[in-house]
Amino acid sequence: MEAFSHIAAATGLTGDEAKAAAAASSAGFAYGLAAIGPGIGIGYLVGKSVEAMARQPEAAGMVRTTMFLGIAFTEALALIGFVVFILIGL
Amino acid sequence: MSDATAMTTALPGPSPEVAVTKDMVRRGLIVAPLLIAICGFVWGLDGAYSSAYGIAIVLVNFALAAIIVAYTARISLGLMMGAVLFGYLVRLGLIFLAVLLVKDLSWISLPALGTTIIVTHLGLLVWEMKYVALSLAHPGLKPSARHSQELS
Repeated sequence: MEAFSHIAAATGLTGDEAKAAAAASSAGFAYGLAAIGPGIGIGYLVGKSVEAMARQPEAAGMVRTTMFLGIAFTEALALIGFVVFILIGL
Repeated sequence: MSDATAMTTALPGPSPEVAVTKDMVRRGLIVAPLLIAICGFVWGLDGAYSSAYGIAIVLVNFALAAIIVAYTARISLGLMMGAVLFGYLVRLGLIFLAVLLVKDLSWISLPALGTTIIVTHLGLLVWEMKYVALSLAHPGLKPSARHSQELS
Protein backbone atom coordinates (compact mmCIF):
# COMPACT_ATOMS: atom_id res chain seq x y z
CA MET A 1 0.00 0.00 0.00
CA GLU A 2 2.88 2.35 0.82
CA ALA A 3 4.38 1.64 -2.58
CA PHE A 4 1.15 2.72 -4.27
CA SER A 5 1.16 6.01 -2.40
CA HIS A 6 4.78 6.59 -3.52
CA ILE A 7 3.83 5.82 -7.13
CA ALA A 8 0.76 8.01 -6.83
CA ALA A 9 2.82 10.89 -5.46
CA ALA A 10 5.44 10.52 -8.19
CA THR A 11 2.99 10.22 -11.09
CA GLY A 12 0.20 12.48 -9.95
CA LEU A 13 -2.30 9.61 -9.96
CA THR A 14 -4.63 8.82 -7.12
CA GLY A 15 -3.91 5.74 -5.01
CA ASP A 16 -6.65 3.72 -6.71
CA GLU A 17 -5.47 4.75 -10.17
CA ALA A 18 -1.90 3.76 -9.31
CA LYS A 19 -3.13 0.44 -7.99
CA ALA A 20 -5.16 -0.18 -11.16
CA ALA A 21 -2.17 0.70 -13.34
CA ALA A 22 0.07 -1.64 -11.36
CA ALA A 23 -2.51 -4.43 -11.65
CA ALA A 24 -2.82 -3.92 -15.40
CA SER A 25 0.92 -4.00 -16.02
CA SER A 26 1.38 -7.01 -13.71
CA ALA A 27 -1.39 -8.85 -15.54
CA GLY A 28 0.29 -8.06 -18.86
CA PHE A 29 3.59 -9.46 -17.59
CA ALA A 30 1.81 -12.54 -16.23
CA TYR A 31 0.13 -13.22 -19.58
CA GLY A 32 3.40 -12.73 -21.46
CA LEU A 33 5.26 -15.07 -19.14
CA ALA A 34 2.43 -17.60 -19.28
CA ALA A 35 2.64 -17.65 -23.09
CA ILE A 36 6.41 -18.27 -23.23
CA GLY A 37 6.34 -21.74 -21.66
CA PRO A 38 3.62 -23.17 -23.93
CA GLY A 39 5.38 -21.59 -26.93
CA ILE A 40 8.57 -23.48 -26.11
CA GLY A 41 6.56 -26.61 -25.37
CA ILE A 42 4.65 -26.50 -28.65
CA GLY A 43 7.84 -25.87 -30.59
CA TYR A 44 9.52 -28.87 -29.00
CA LEU A 45 6.43 -31.07 -29.41
CA VAL A 46 5.89 -30.23 -33.08
CA GLY A 47 9.61 -30.50 -33.86
CA LYS A 48 9.75 -34.01 -32.44
CA SER A 49 6.50 -34.96 -34.17
CA VAL A 50 7.80 -33.77 -37.54
CA GLU A 51 10.95 -35.80 -36.96
CA ALA A 52 8.85 -38.88 -36.13
CA MET A 53 6.58 -38.43 -39.17
CA ALA A 54 9.53 -37.97 -41.51
CA ARG A 55 11.21 -41.09 -40.14
CA GLN A 56 8.08 -43.22 -40.17
CA PRO A 57 5.38 -41.79 -42.49
CA GLU A 58 3.14 -44.86 -42.01
CA ALA A 59 2.69 -43.83 -38.34
CA ALA A 60 1.88 -40.23 -39.28
CA GLY A 61 -1.83 -40.54 -38.45
CA MET A 62 -1.16 -41.63 -34.89
CA VAL A 63 1.60 -39.07 -34.43
CA ARG A 64 -0.60 -36.27 -35.78
CA THR A 65 -3.43 -37.20 -33.45
CA THR A 66 -1.27 -37.21 -30.35
CA MET A 67 0.55 -34.09 -31.57
CA PHE A 68 -2.72 -32.21 -32.00
CA LEU A 69 -3.96 -33.19 -28.56
CA GLY A 70 -0.55 -32.32 -27.10
CA ILE A 71 -0.70 -28.88 -28.70
CA ALA A 72 -4.17 -28.32 -27.27
CA PHE A 73 -3.14 -29.45 -23.79
CA THR A 74 -0.04 -27.25 -23.87
CA GLU A 75 -2.11 -24.33 -25.07
CA ALA A 76 -4.35 -24.74 -22.03
CA LEU A 77 -1.51 -23.32 -19.93
CA ALA A 78 -1.48 -20.16 -22.03
CA LEU A 79 -5.26 -19.96 -21.77
CA ILE A 80 -5.06 -20.19 -17.99
CA GLY A 81 -2.57 -17.29 -18.06
CA PHE A 82 -4.96 -15.41 -20.34
CA VAL A 83 -7.89 -15.94 -18.00
CA VAL A 84 -5.80 -14.67 -15.07
CA PHE A 85 -4.94 -11.68 -17.25
CA ILE A 86 -8.57 -10.87 -18.05
CA LEU A 87 -9.66 -11.31 -14.46
CA ILE A 88 -6.91 -9.13 -12.98
CA GLY A 89 -6.01 -6.54 -15.50
CA LEU A 90 -8.36 -6.22 -18.45
CA MET B 1 16.08 -39.40 -42.81
CA SER B 2 17.80 -36.09 -43.24
CA ASP B 3 16.45 -32.78 -41.97
CA ALA B 4 16.01 -31.57 -45.54
CA THR B 5 13.73 -34.52 -46.27
CA ALA B 6 11.80 -33.93 -43.06
CA MET B 7 11.18 -30.37 -44.15
CA THR B 8 9.90 -31.33 -47.61
CA THR B 9 7.85 -34.44 -46.76
CA ALA B 10 4.12 -33.95 -47.31
CA LEU B 11 1.26 -36.00 -45.84
CA PRO B 12 -1.53 -36.03 -48.42
CA GLY B 13 -3.73 -38.61 -46.64
CA PRO B 14 -6.72 -38.11 -44.33
CA SER B 15 -6.54 -35.55 -41.52
CA PRO B 16 -7.00 -37.18 -38.10
CA GLU B 17 -6.97 -33.81 -36.33
CA VAL B 18 -10.06 -32.76 -38.28
CA ALA B 19 -11.85 -35.92 -37.12
CA VAL B 20 -10.74 -35.25 -33.54
CA THR B 21 -11.94 -31.66 -33.72
CA LYS B 22 -15.30 -32.60 -35.25
CA ASP B 23 -15.73 -35.00 -32.37
CA MET B 24 -14.80 -32.33 -29.82
CA VAL B 25 -17.10 -29.74 -31.39
CA ARG B 26 -19.95 -32.24 -31.36
CA ARG B 27 -19.34 -32.99 -27.69
CA GLY B 28 -18.92 -29.30 -26.95
CA LEU B 29 -22.32 -28.57 -28.45
CA ILE B 30 -23.81 -31.40 -26.39
CA VAL B 31 -22.48 -30.06 -23.07
CA ALA B 32 -22.94 -26.37 -23.95
CA PRO B 33 -26.50 -26.10 -22.55
CA LEU B 34 -25.34 -27.59 -19.25
CA LEU B 35 -22.39 -25.19 -18.96
CA ILE B 36 -24.54 -22.22 -19.92
CA ALA B 37 -27.15 -23.25 -17.36
CA ILE B 38 -24.53 -23.58 -14.60
CA CYS B 39 -22.99 -20.20 -15.43
CA GLY B 40 -26.47 -18.69 -15.65
CA PHE B 41 -27.27 -20.09 -12.22
CA VAL B 42 -24.05 -18.72 -10.68
CA TRP B 43 -23.63 -15.39 -12.53
CA GLY B 44 -27.13 -14.71 -13.85
CA LEU B 45 -28.14 -13.96 -17.42
CA ASP B 46 -24.85 -12.16 -18.12
CA GLY B 47 -23.03 -15.32 -17.05
CA ALA B 48 -25.11 -17.41 -19.44
CA TYR B 49 -24.35 -15.13 -22.39
CA SER B 50 -20.67 -14.99 -21.46
CA SER B 51 -20.54 -18.75 -21.12
CA ALA B 52 -22.02 -19.21 -24.60
CA TYR B 53 -19.45 -16.77 -25.97
CA GLY B 54 -16.63 -18.61 -24.17
CA ILE B 55 -17.74 -21.96 -25.59
CA ALA B 56 -17.82 -20.45 -29.07
CA ILE B 57 -14.28 -19.10 -28.59
CA VAL B 58 -12.95 -22.50 -27.52
CA LEU B 59 -14.65 -24.42 -30.35
CA VAL B 60 -13.50 -21.94 -33.01
CA ASN B 61 -9.99 -22.11 -31.55
CA PHE B 62 -9.96 -25.91 -31.87
CA ALA B 63 -11.33 -25.72 -35.40
CA LEU B 64 -8.73 -23.16 -36.48
CA ALA B 65 -5.91 -25.25 -35.02
CA ALA B 66 -7.14 -28.36 -36.86
CA ILE B 67 -7.58 -26.51 -40.16
CA ILE B 68 -4.07 -25.08 -39.94
CA VAL B 69 -2.50 -28.51 -39.31
CA ALA B 70 -4.63 -30.32 -41.91
CA TYR B 71 -4.04 -27.73 -44.64
CA THR B 72 -0.30 -27.30 -44.16
CA ALA B 73 0.47 -31.02 -43.66
CA ARG B 74 -0.65 -31.58 -47.26
CA ILE B 75 2.04 -29.14 -48.40
CA SER B 76 5.02 -30.00 -46.21
CA LEU B 77 5.95 -30.91 -42.66
CA GLY B 78 8.24 -27.90 -42.43
CA LEU B 79 5.40 -25.59 -43.32
CA MET B 80 3.18 -27.37 -40.82
CA MET B 81 5.71 -26.78 -38.05
CA GLY B 82 5.96 -23.08 -38.84
CA ALA B 83 2.21 -22.74 -39.23
CA VAL B 84 1.54 -24.43 -35.89
CA LEU B 85 3.96 -22.11 -34.08
CA PHE B 86 2.73 -18.93 -35.73
CA GLY B 87 -0.80 -20.25 -35.55
CA TYR B 88 -0.39 -20.50 -31.79
CA LEU B 89 0.51 -16.82 -31.64
CA VAL B 90 -2.23 -15.82 -34.06
CA ARG B 91 -4.88 -17.83 -32.22
CA LEU B 92 -3.86 -16.35 -28.86
CA GLY B 93 -4.10 -12.93 -30.49
CA LEU B 94 -7.54 -13.71 -31.88
CA ILE B 95 -8.77 -14.91 -28.48
CA PHE B 96 -7.40 -11.72 -26.93
CA LEU B 97 -9.14 -9.65 -29.61
CA ALA B 98 -12.40 -11.56 -29.18
CA VAL B 99 -12.40 -10.81 -25.45
CA LEU B 100 -11.14 -7.23 -25.86
CA LEU B 101 -14.01 -6.41 -28.23
CA VAL B 102 -16.70 -7.47 -25.77
CA LYS B 103 -15.15 -6.72 -22.38
CA ASP B 104 -17.03 -3.46 -21.87
CA LEU B 105 -20.39 -4.66 -23.13
CA SER B 106 -23.22 -4.82 -20.62
CA TRP B 107 -23.90 -8.56 -20.99
CA ILE B 108 -20.35 -9.76 -20.41
CA SER B 109 -19.24 -11.37 -17.16
CA LEU B 110 -15.47 -11.88 -17.20
CA PRO B 111 -15.36 -14.51 -14.40
CA ALA B 112 -17.97 -16.58 -16.24
CA LEU B 113 -16.14 -16.16 -19.54
CA GLY B 114 -12.77 -17.12 -18.07
CA THR B 115 -14.10 -20.10 -16.16
CA THR B 116 -15.96 -21.36 -19.23
CA ILE B 117 -12.89 -21.06 -21.45
CA ILE B 118 -10.72 -23.12 -19.08
CA VAL B 119 -13.35 -25.71 -18.18
CA THR B 120 -14.52 -26.23 -21.78
CA HIS B 121 -11.00 -26.42 -23.21
CA LEU B 122 -9.65 -28.87 -20.64
CA GLY B 123 -12.90 -30.80 -20.30
CA LEU B 124 -13.24 -31.46 -24.02
CA LEU B 125 -9.59 -32.45 -24.28
CA VAL B 126 -9.79 -34.93 -21.42
CA TRP B 127 -13.03 -36.32 -22.83
CA GLU B 128 -11.45 -36.72 -26.26
CA MET B 129 -8.28 -38.25 -24.80
CA LYS B 130 -10.37 -41.03 -23.35
CA TYR B 131 -11.58 -42.03 -26.81
CA VAL B 132 -8.24 -41.53 -28.52
CA ALA B 133 -6.55 -43.67 -25.89
CA LEU B 134 -9.24 -46.31 -26.41
CA SER B 135 -8.52 -46.49 -30.09
CA LEU B 136 -5.40 -44.88 -31.53
CA ALA B 137 -5.96 -46.88 -34.70
CA HIS B 138 -9.12 -44.83 -35.37
CA PRO B 139 -8.11 -41.43 -34.00
CA GLY B 140 -10.84 -39.52 -32.31
CA LEU B 141 -13.54 -41.99 -33.23
CA LYS B 142 -14.24 -44.98 -31.07
CA PRO B 143 -14.88 -47.81 -33.56
CA SER B 144 -18.22 -49.51 -33.36
CA ALA B 145 -18.34 -53.22 -32.53
CA ARG B 146 -19.44 -53.95 -36.12
CA HIS B 147 -16.51 -51.98 -37.56
CA SER B 148 -14.08 -53.79 -35.25
CA GLN B 149 -15.42 -57.15 -36.41
CA GLU B 150 -14.95 -56.14 -40.04
CA LEU B 151 -11.33 -55.26 -39.38
CA SER B 152 -10.53 -58.51 -37.54
